[in-house]
Amino acid sequence: MNRRPNPETAAIAVTEPPLPTLAPPAAPARTSAQHMSFLAHARYVITDNPVTGIAFGMFLVIAFCAIFGPWIAPHDPLASNTGSALQAPSLRHWFGTDQLGRDILSRVIVATRLDLAIAVFSVALVFVLGGLSGVAAGFFGGWTDRIVGRVADTIMAFPLFVLAMGIVAALGNTVTNIVIATAIINFPLYVRVARAEANVRREAGFVQAARLSGNGEYRILLTQILPNVMPIMVVQMSLTMGYAILNAAGLSFIGLGVRPPTPEWGIMVAEGAAFIVSGEWWIAFFPGLALMLAVFCFNLLGDGLRDIVDPQRRT
Amino acid sequence: MLRQIGKRFATAIPSVIGVIIVTFLLTRVLPGDTAAYFAGPAATPQAIEEIRKTLGLDRPLPEQFVRYVKDLGRGDFGKSLTTGQPVITDIAQRLPASAELTLLGLIISILIAVPLGILAAVKQGSLIDHACRVVATAGVSLPVFFTGLILVYVFYFILGWSPAPLGRLDIYYSTPPHVTGFYLIDSLIAGDPGTFRAALSQLILPAVTLAIFSLAPITRMTRASMLAVLSSDFVRTARASGLSPRRVIVTYAFRNAMLPVVTTLGMVFSFLLGANVLVEKVFAWPGIGSYAIEALIASDFAPIQGFVLTMAILYVLLNLMIDMLYGVIDPRVRLEG
Amino acid sequence: MNRREFLKSTTAIAATSAVSAPAILSSASAQARNETLLVIREEGPNNFDIHGVGTNRPGYEVSWNCYDRLMSHGVKKTADGGETYDRDTFTPELAEEWTKGDMSMTFKLRKNATFHDGTPITAKDVKWSFDRAVTVGGFPTFQMKAGSLEKPEQFVAVDDYTFRVDFIRKDHLTVPDLAVVVPGVYHSELVKKNATEKDPWGLEYTKTNTPGGGAYKVTRFQAGTEVVYERHDNWKSGKLPAIKRIIWRVVPSAGNRRALIERGDADLSFDMPNKDFAELKQAGKLQMVSSPVGNAMWYLGMNCKNPPFNNVKVRQAVAYAIPYEKIMDAVMYGVANPLYGAKSNTVSNVSWPQPHGYSADIAKAKALLAEAGMSNGFETTLSFNLGEAVISEPLCILVQESLAQIGIKATINKITGANFRNELLKKELPMIVNVFGGWLDYPEYFFFWCYHGQNAVFNTMSYQDKAMDALIDGARKAAAEGDRAAYEKDVKGFIDKAFAEVPRIPLVQPYLNVAMQKNVAGYRYWFHRQLDYRTLTKA
Repeated sequence: MNRRPNPETAAIAVTEPPLPTLAPPAAPARTSAQHMSFLAHARYVITDNPVTGIAFGMFLVIAFCAIFGPWIAPHDPLASNTGSALQAPSLRHWFGTDQLGRDILSRVIVATRLDLAIAVFSVALVFVLGGLSGVAAGFFGGWTDRIVGRVADTIMAFPLFVLAMGIVAALGNTVTNIVIATAIINFPLYVRVARAEANVRREAGFVQAARLSGNGEYRILLTQILPNVMPIMVVQMSLTMGYAILNAAGLSFIGLGVRPPTPEWGIMVAEGAAFIVSGEWWIAFFPGLALMLAVFCFNLLGDGLRDIVDPQRRT
Repeated sequence: MLRQIGKRFATAIPSVIGVIIVTFLLTRVLPGDTAAYFAGPAATPQAIEEIRKTLGLDRPLPEQFVRYVKDLGRGDFGKSLTTGQPVITDIAQRLPASAELTLLGLIISILIAVPLGILAAVKQGSLIDHACRVVATAGVSLPVFFTGLILVYVFYFILGWSPAPLGRLDIYYSTPPHVTGFYLIDSLIAGDPGTFRAALSQLILPAVTLAIFSLAPITRMTRASMLAVLSSDFVRTARASGLSPRRVIVTYAFRNAMLPVVTTLGMVFSFLLGANVLVEKVFAWPGIGSYAIEALIASDFAPIQGFVLTMAILYVLLNLMIDMLYGVIDPRVRLEG
Repeated sequence: MNRREFLKSTTAIAATSAVSAPAILSSASAQARNETLLVIREEGPNNFDIHGVGTNRPGYEVSWNCYDRLMSHGVKKTADGGETYDRDTFTPELAEEWTKGDMSMTFKLRKNATFHDGTPITAKDVKWSFDRAVTVGGFPTFQMKAGSLEKPEQFVAVDDYTFRVDFIRKDHLTVPDLAVVVPGVYHSELVKKNATEKDPWGLEYTKTNTPGGGAYKVTRFQAGTEVVYERHDNWKSGKLPAIKRIIWRVVPSAGNRRALIERGDADLSFDMPNKDFAELKQAGKLQMVSSPVGNAMWYLGMNCKNPPFNNVKVRQAVAYAIPYEKIMDAVMYGVANPLYGAKSNTVSNVSWPQPHGYSADIAKAKALLAEAGMSNGFETTLSFNLGEAVISEPLCILVQESLAQIGIKATINKITGANFRNELLKKELPMIVNVFGGWLDYPEYFFFWCYHGQNAVFNTMSYQDKAMDALIDGARKAAAEGDRAAYEKDVKGFIDKAFAEVPRIPLVQPYLNVAMQKNVAGYRYWFHRQLDYRTLTKA
């Protein structure tokens, strides 16, 4: 057995690599009794760990902004007003105004939806693609495993951010392509996690039992393996959400992001970067802060979720 | 041993081939026409067509690919349009800059992250543990370009503590004689403390930016691995036999916990080397990352291909090195893994 | 072995084996600051030779300072006390004197001028260099042609120090074209020695070498990072420059460039963004010089080939819907000349660029759009070059917002630099924001490239009109023959027509901004918009 922890997971700096697998494989499908304890455990984790609690609160705020953003923004995020350009934060404009006199607070709030959407869709996409191929690779082994493994290896061998840049540059800079690029560079990570999880359950008792009762392999994959792999994948999703947001922002920063004048945090930081030296720090600062808080929130939340879903790996 | 290394290499070959093919295809789909660039601002469509022919861009893709691979075989990575130099020269010139920056960033990160991780593990569940987690997570949540900008503003522009973000060396210093390409090492070899100080002061801000970003994976790995070791039998035995906690942690637990951390370090290094493109852009650092960005923005194929290929090969080599290192530290681990 | 050391040492070994460049300089102590001028710019050269393929603009600066031309321009004072080149006077450079005949021009070269390596410069070097310029194709050949310099037979080395240019037709742009960057004089023997069969003009060699006789030579170059020049101490084609050593550092971030010049770490920052310029000028700590860029404009181009912009009413409607004042304030920070808001679209003089009669008037725009039968508006795209994003992007956002008021829904489309030129060539983008400037500062030159039915790449609107062509050709002919009255009539005619039919809407004339420390003097604006080091001094 390879005692090395999964290095690729570590390489995606955001996530914590799984421990060297000293513990026995995780438990099979939960019974209803375990379900009860699961809820209790969730409550325990949230109340016991103040950090997770705070992260959860932050998440609610972010979700609220994403859903109701356009209604709660005090100004029109797109309306320019060159008469009041580059104003420092004030009572009228809490976060100040940018070069064209647009209200930064409104832009930051409205941008939440787009940034979150990019993250959610890219993570969902890679969850389906990476998760399914990973589970199949782990469950069937053999050629499936080899092919999926090779594809993942090849992607890993790329400098990931540059690969994302290349994909967006080649396909054109639209939101869809940013989502695709972000999904592709996260692919190996999901494959590995799903593969490992499926692999340890391949010969587990409950799978054997299903086989004996005459279920086909595909059926077992869908009804037995997948539900069991799900929880750990959900944790993975929460952890990579933050990375997805950072990645999209990075693309925007070098000019490959969404189209102007759509507000987006990364592009706002990039636009504001040129103004920092001349003292107009607020243009880049507030979107940067929002970006940081959102990523921070998802990372902490991912940790918390892991504690809930996978107590045995709890650290 | 040699045979094992060879075997390990063989398994990496398909990835490298995959990288070559994907990069080639990706760069061909990139918008932007090399021929139009060459033809200059006043070119007619006919002139561009002629240039396309001389560059071989009118040939079918498979034929172009074969030619590209043949050139690669001869060590010819093509020429950059933006710098006008052969790509291999550019990369050789810039790689030490990136490597030095990344390595220093990693060292700073280790100096902070490893003690932090140990502390968190030893005081598991305490306020310190939570604080460590928050600090590390906050670091990784900061977009590197944002951190870099803020650091430049505060430490160079407002406080004036740091020198101008103008690349590797203040212009009034000349580069130390070339030995390793790492200015810090070269200036020490040349016995020139002035240049050493100048190079170091240029390095600090970008290195700190990278360090902040890489804090999280190292802290987490250290903490996780320490926890696993601390609950293991031999540590319990050591504790039971009355050794001081300090001794137990430092000589018993720490040594053993370092194994997975080493792997993480290698991976973080290779990840950072590719990910510091944004840091290099902010600090005008003449490394391979900023080189790749500029090339991509200008639709300059050859440097992108060269950069990606270099990174892929580095990645494979680094992996191999870590495997070997791992084998050295822990003889129970065999290479075939 | 310590793990950290292991990693470090192995990486170091890998790096050493890959690089085998020689040590460039001994690590002696820091250079004295007062004989050196530190220039910072956004970009560096990709080729030292303007004759090369794909040479970028910073490369023109190297060519300008490292090669001599036969003649140069005189100087004149500007209103604010600065200096600019004088379009109408020509001064000796490599040629001491010349005589202009009806169909030829004869130059007497300096007898004491030498190349950097000490070889005397002779007429055969001039002939070889001019032959090269008209033969290699691409930009140099195109630029030579703009002055009717087309064939090697036109250039004659009469003796070692006498050189003659024969005209193939009368063209009043021939003389100015001999003073642009392209016809520099190259060390023919040295270049030939480094030429190959595949590359008979030695373009590969001149890419990273400066085999010329100009006032400076490049002694160190790291692509994308720095260029270091040393003075040619034996330079005879003008007053020996004061600065011995020029260091040109490439600093991509505008914020960093501003910080560097503001804190006194750089001597001269070339081509500053308008906002930084306006603010630093107000702060008053630095010398700030800003010159309008001759024959240049930011404009909005509309594709006249395809609907809806093939309808002149639609184009006029757009011209009335542009928020000119907002652009001037928020995008240009007031550092530009307005090209809008004149009393009418009929001009009274031949200066170019000059303001047109449109101004922001949404009611008028709506009415025109209704007349065109499109009162409900339409959807289109507005494209710009990502490389010019500092100005283009906010400009496009303002235009987009304003167009929405008359029902035109424009999607903004960013195009990366290399691809933008490609798209311009295809001439299919419906609407673009772009900047264009011609070296030779004459209106008929601008119109020949930008409005003529030959449909050159700079005619980004694909505007084709027989009457327009006749006016442009008429002006060119009148200029060559020196018929002032006919010239003025035609020039006014084509400007009026361009304003009435607005295939391109001129927005503003840009400025070239330079910031210098107070101890730097001698800056001069040049038509090529690059820095001339030769007149600079540092106290």
